[in-house]
Order: sequence, then structure tokens, then C-alpha cells
Amino acid sequence: MQLTLWTYEGPPHVGAMRVATAMTNVHYVLHAPQGDTYADLLFTMIERLPRRPPVTYSTFQARDLGGDTAQLFKEAVANAFDRFQPQAVLVGSSCTAELIQDDPGGLARALNLPVPVIPLELPAYQRKENWGASETFYQLVRNLVKPADKDLSAAPHKPSCNILGPTALGFRHRDDVREISLLLQALGIEVKVIAPLNASVEDIRKLAQADFNVVLYPEIANTTAQWLERQFNQPYTRTIPIGVSATREFIREVTSLSELPIPAGLEDDMHSVWYSRSVDSTYLTGKRVFLFGDATHVVAAARFASEEMGFEVVGIGTYSREFAREVREAAKKYQVEPLITDDYLAVEEQIKHLHPELILGTQMERHIAKRLNIPCAVISAPVHIQDFPARYAPQMGFEGANVLFDTWVHPLMMGLEEHLLGMFREDFEFHDGAAPSHLGSSRVAETPVTALREVAQTELPKPITAQPASSTWSTEAEKELGKIPFFVRGKARRNTERYALEQGLSTITVETLYDAKAHFSR
Amino acid sequence: MGCANTPVISEKGQRQVFCGLTGIIWLHRKIQDAFFLVVGSRTCAHLIQSAAGVMIFAEPRFGTAIIDERDLAGIADANDELDRVVSELLARRQDIKLLFLVGSCPSEVIKLDLSRAAERLCKQHMPHTRVLSYSGSGIETTFTQGEDACLAALTETLPARTSQGKHLLIVGTLADVVEDQLSVLLRKMGIEHFDFFPPRRSTALPAIGPETVCVLAQPFLADTARQLESKGVKRLEAPFPLGAEGTTKWLRVIAQAFAIDHFRFEEVTQAARQRAEQSVARHRTQLQGKSITFLPDSQLEIPLARFVYQELHMKLLEVGTPYLHRQIMTPELEQLPSSTRLSEGQSLELQLDRCDADQPDLIVCGLGLANPLEAKGFTTKWSIELVFTPIQGYEQAGDLAALFSRPLARKLKLVA
Repeated sequence: MQLTLWTYEGPPHVGAMRVATAMTNVHYVLHAPQGDTYADLLFTMIERLPRRPPVTYSTFQARDLGGDTAQLFKEAVANAFDRFQPQAVLVGSSCTAELIQDDPGGLARALNLPVPVIPLELPAYQRKENWGASETFYQLVRNLVKPADKDLSAAPHKPSCNILGPTALGFRHRDDVREISLLLQALGIEVKVIAPLNASVEDIRKLAQADFNVVLYPEIANTTAQWLERQFNQPYTRTIPIGVSATREFIREVTSLSELPIPAGLEDDMHSVWYSRSVDSTYLTGKRVFLFGDATHVVAAARFASEEMGFEVVGIGTYSREFAREVREAAKKYQVEPLITDDYLAVEEQIKHLHPELILGTQMERHIAKRLNIPCAVISAPVHIQDFPARYAPQMGFEGANVLFDTWVHPLMMGLEEHLLGMFREDFEFHDGAAPSHLGSSRVAETPVTALREVAQTELPKPITAQPASSTWSTEAEKELGKIPFFVRGKARRNTERYALEQGLSTITVETLYDAKAHFSR
Repeated sequence: MGCANTPVISEKGQRQVFCGLTGIIWLHRKIQDAFFLVVGSRTCAHLIQSAAGVMIFAEPRFGTAIIDERDLAGIADANDELDRVVSELLARRQDIKLLFLVGSCPSEVIKLDLSRAAERLCKQHMPHTRVLSYSGSGIETTFTQGEDACLAALTETLPARTSQGKHLLIVGTLADVVEDQLSVLLRKMGIEHFDFFPPRRSTALPAIGPETVCVLAQPFLADTARQLESKGVKRLEAPFPLGAEGTTKWLRVIAQAFAIDHFRFEEVTQAARQRAEQSVARHRTQLQGKSITFLPDSQLEIPLARFVYQELHMKLLEVGTPYLHRQIMTPELEQLPSSTRLSEGQSLELQLDRCDADQPDLIVCGLGLANPLEAKGFTTKWSIELVFTPIQGYEQAGDLAALFSRPLARKLKLVA
């Protein structure tokens, strides 16, 4: 048993859901108890999908356990097939169903559906979300892909590739795919299939027709790419095109696979290199940065941080044990201790110990950073809704490097501001503990108590002498006001005072407070 | 009028609901020295964290003891493991006075006996920390039923009341501000001896005795009510304190039980009641005549339907509830129009088909369905907000109405 307060990854069936939801015409039937549908809201809320994930749950309850949960599952599969008419059906168990040992694969096959039924074995007590996504994608490909037509592939044709790895709920997958597709197009390479994101069952069948594969997210696509290489001699790319140097390396890797020259003009819209060289960025030199996230993003970000931003990498870690080796290698390069853990308290300890000036991490590190008052930017899942932005915001390619530069610099103090801080260290406005002016006051953010005190101070009805007609607050009313959430308290106070003034009341009581609330409520 | 006797559509099938573990999210905010330790899988941990959203604290007062393959294979004795995890936890969190071991689907299926574990751990950690257990598993509980299970477990530990005089126990988690408002009204009526359950601190558990009567502030507390009744506490039957009408009727039942005279009651409640009516009326202009469907979620659906029908004059199409406890709900059902289609349980796809056929102006539903329904052109109010927001009592009646009018107002505002 392991005591867990927060988890970086969900259970493996959530990974399977990410693959199913990414695709257009598969349906996943999950043998699961009531409540497991919570995972739907990750897709409909965090990613803001305008449709339900293509997942049906068998929803067994305690009273079903003695009886026939297997029958329940079969009905769920049959009904889901009738209603949604998918071209392939994924079936599997969530953690609880794994314990009751119905066999989803066998049960679904017994229905003789006219489409492929792919059983997923996802060991919920050993593995996690990314592994689940990887395994699901692999099983889909294994079961569906067809060998390429020999004559066709022998005939002269434009070099072609597939893009493997993007899924639903992937950190910036939507825009990375667009950025890299445009890059490949500019290199004269045809993108045959992008999978699993927006791929159909038909698309998966055609995977073997391309000359090579581009792996964007090894956590999800490596197993599949390795299998495709073994089966169909399709080589796959190893470089993750995050950062300008890595993108250039990626271009070299791809052009050597496609045997095409590198065209001019690829870097026309790239600004991050010049921005980094501009004098305003000098103060970034040697900034101590700590990185944590999934292995791929962390390793790539460390390179960008060190080679293209001029930061000093003081710590690096990952929660993905499957890719610990890559992170250990990188750690050697920066001569730091790798941190391989999925315990966010261990990450917090490490950060406290290293006292970096910038944290690049996940949603969790953002909260740690907030607590420790350290600037932070998000580079990896798990992320919250604000990291599924409406605007174009890739991490990969040249535009991705532009995005990274802006995103990472933003939380840091501007150079001049930092200079002023140094000069006027003792000044009451520019003291050591002051946060960047564009991020609000740290003193307010520090603790709710100070925040409240500050609000109370600034909101005190100062102009008592200036406005003789103003009313005073009774102790109870003041206390009652304190119960209102601090972010609307100022408004409540102003409204109540205005109301009291209009009504000619000299004392504000609890009654007045609520009378005013009723008066102004809309 | 009244649909206490109308037939209910009772459905089985796929359910789009939370499990009882979700109750931890508001319970741990209410009981400030309690820790909720789920004994379950990574799914359970992921669920609570997804549902708790941005509620990340210095250290949250909930966590999961994740069962791993060693526990399942019997390599590690699950009970020893649990003892170890609890000791680690309590060593780190010295401030915890009450620890709940919360059962989940996996722990129930492998039949890990948490009540015995709690007894054992209680002996070990008393008097510093009391350890209790309840089940929040999806196979047994739906969403707010988690609170019911928790409070039912806590009921067992309520001390005996020694002082004399009639005593009122208000049962169900309410926001602190709501508790305070209700307290003021009760005191003004002359009712001095009352307690809220659950209390804000586990060390201040209310005592109950032969002169205690209880009233439910939340509709989903059937087991807790039964437990209290078995301990000789009489339950007052009342509708729930939602809206001006609901609050007045709820308070009146209490006033009558405490023999408060009519005049006094009117005097105390009149001003607040008028305020509530006035603020609700503003929303009525926008909402009256609009049709509404509730999908099952929290068991608050029936009282909420009564509120929107009675005070906002909305047209009820379907009112779905995960579980219908007739006895508790009778005072509410009597006030619903007999044309209301009631449903208990869920077969999600069939229910969505009915929504398609009905084309309601507003659908109250969970977060997994809200955006997909909006994208199909429906207007939705996501239901979980109705559990987290203070909506009970007079001063919140306007806020409650606003929760229903805001989505429609927004539709009207947006031009693109």
C-alpha cells in the first residue's frame, strides 16, 4: 500500500480513454462500477470537448456482484454497438472489474460483432495512464494495420511519413501536430496518417504505407513505432523537436530518412534565437532552473533551458518510471542528481533543497512554486484547463520555441525591475520579497490571513470626515462581512455602505448587510 | 397537485454520476480536524483530485492508500500495510483528531474489513486520534450518499446529552455562513438549544438525548436519519430549506415542534422572507414558463425542482434522482405538480433520448454531459455547483435562483 495525496498520472484505463477519445470511430466499453464516469469530465471540461468521450460503462453496483456482472457487460457492449455503430470496439476492465475477473475480451467476442473487437489488458495495480495509452495504441495498431501493397511502395513516390503519439488530453498535442505537419510539408514530405488524434480505423489500417514514422510523444508511441519497424521496416525518428537546436536536428533526421534537401526559408518566423541574444535577455544568464514532468518534455526542456536560454539546470526529474533512463542520461549531462518519483512531496522537498529561481513543471509544481513564492511555467502534463488554450500555442518546431521563450520569461522579473530591486533593496516598495509587478503583490498572495488584513485595511471606510452622512459598521455586521469570500468582500462592503447611505441609516447591522445584498442582487 | 403517488420511471443501466468518495471534498472543509483516507486504487485517487480541481492546499486533508499488487497477491498483509500507512500519516499530521478510513470499490470487492481495522487503529491511536470507517464506494453510494455514510458512522459516536430541555439537531453539511444565519433566526424565535451536525471540529460533537429532535437540512441523509431514530431521536418531517417557501416551511416545522407561537414566528422571519422573495422575483421574470429537466446527481433534484416550480414558475419536464427515499421526500413531492415525470436511477442513453424529445429550455446535469449538450444547442446548468455553493436559507434564495437564470442570460448576451 502506498500513501498518495496527489497523483501525476491516472489509472491505465484513462490512458485507453485518451486514445479512444482521440479517434473518430472507435468505441470503448469499460467494465466499471458507478462513479468511474468521472473521467469523462477530464475531456469535456479540461480539454473542453464538445462531445462525450466514446466510452460506455457497464456501471455495476453492489447488488449485481453476487449475480451476473458478465451478462451486464455483454449487454453494455451490444447496446453501445447498436447505438454508436463504431468501426472497432475496445473492451476492458477498470481496476475494480479487474478484481471480479470477468473476461471482457471473451465476453465481447461471444457477441460476434461485425467489426474488430480489441481486448485491452491494463494491469491497474501496476501500471498508469501513459502506459495505458501506449498499450492501447499498440493493440489497436497490431490488430488493425494491414501490410502495405508491395508494388505501390516500390513505385516512385513522394516521401511520406506518419505522425504517431498525439492523443486527447495531451499537453499541446493539437498545436504540435499542426506545427510539425506544416514543417514536414515544407520539407516536401507527405503526412499519410496522424494517429491516434483524429484518426479513423481506416487510417490505422493504412499505417504501413508510409516510408517512416515521426514519433512525437515516445511515452505513447514508442512501443507502436518499434513494432512497425520490426514488422514493416519503417524507421522512426528519435529527436523530439522542442527548441530550435532540437528542431534543426529533427529536420536533419527527417531529411536523411526522406533523402531530400533542406529547403530555405524554414526559419523565417523564428524569433526566439534573436530574443535570447538581445541585450534584454542578458539577465537570464545562469538563472537556476528546476525541471519536472514527463520524461520527454523534461529532457527537451532542459536542453532548451541550458543551450538556448542560458539558464543553469540545477535539478531534473520525472514521474514516468518507464522513461527514467532518458532522464538519468540527461542528469549526467547537467551533472545533477535525477529525481525519479511520483510523490509530489518528494518533489517539493527537492525544490526547497535546491532553491531554484525558476521552476518548469506540471500543474503540481505550479502549486509548489506558488507556495514557495518561486516563478514557474508549465512544460508538461498533468495540466489544468488554462493549458488547453484557445490560441495557437505549440511547444514543438520554431513557433514552439517562440512560445517557450515567452512562456518561460513571463514569470521572471523583467531585467530592469530586477536591477531596481537590487539598487533599492531597502526601499519599502522594492524590497527583497516583492514579486514581479505584473503578477500582483506577493504579500497578498502569501497567506489568506495577510490578504484579508490588506483588504480590510484598504477597504476601511476612510472618508468618515469627508462624508458626514456615512454610516458605521456594527461589530456583528463587520464580523458577518468577514464571512463573505474575500474576493467579493470589497464589493459587498461598498454596496452595503451605498445602500445604508441611500436609506439614511447611521449604523450598518447584519440586517442592513443582507437588505443591501437583496437590493443589489441581480 | 402533488406527485407523492405518481409512478416513477425506475431505470437500470449506464449511470453518469460520481461515487460517494466525492463527498470528501466538502466534508473535509467542514470538519476541520478530520482526515479522509481512502483505501482504494489509483482510480480513486485520480477521481478525488479531478473532482477537487484547484483545491490544492499546503497539504490536503485527504489521501488514498493505494492498494498494489503485493496487497492483492497476499504477499503483504493488507491490514499490516494499512496500519503502517496510518501510522506514517498520523506521525506527519499531528493535528488530525479524527481519521476516516473510507472504503472504495476495490476495498469492498476484496472484502477488506475497514470497520475492524478502524476499531483496531482506534485502540492504537486513542485518545489523540479517533478512527472511524464508512464506505464511499461507487458500487454502494452515489455522490452525496458519501456524506450520508460518513455521518451515519459519526452518529455512533455522539455523546449522551446530560442537560435538560428540548434540543434540536440540524443534520447535513451547510456552509458556515448559512449555519450562522439559521442560528440567528432560531435564537430570535427563542430556540436556544440546537446543534449542527456535522460540527466544525470533531472534538465538538453534539450530544443527543431523549429530548433531542432532529431535522434534515439535506435530502440525502436517509441512513443517518435512520441511525438517529434508532437512538431515540425523533425526526421532524419537513421540506428542505431551499428558497423562501422551503425555508419558511422548514423553519415552521421546527417552530411548531418547539411550540413557538405563530406571531413570534412571523415577526422573526418576515423581513428575511420578504428579502428572499424580492430577490427571487427578479429572476422569475426571466425564468417563468421556461421548461427544465434534472438529470440524476445528488438527490437535491426534487427539492430544487419544487423551488424552481413554486418560486420561479418554471415548467418541470423530467426530475431524475439517483435514489428516491419516499418517506423523506413526501413533504416535497406533495408540492410538485402531478404532471412531473419522476425518474429514479438512470439509463443514460435512454434519458438523453428523452431530453432530445423534450427539448427543455434548461438541463441540470453533470460536468461530463454539460459541454456536449451545450454543443448540441441545449442550455445547461452544471449540477455539482448546487452542492458546493451555499444555497440554503433566506439570504441565499436569490443566489440559488441566479444559478438557474445565469446560463440562460448568458445565451441571450452572446452574439457570435
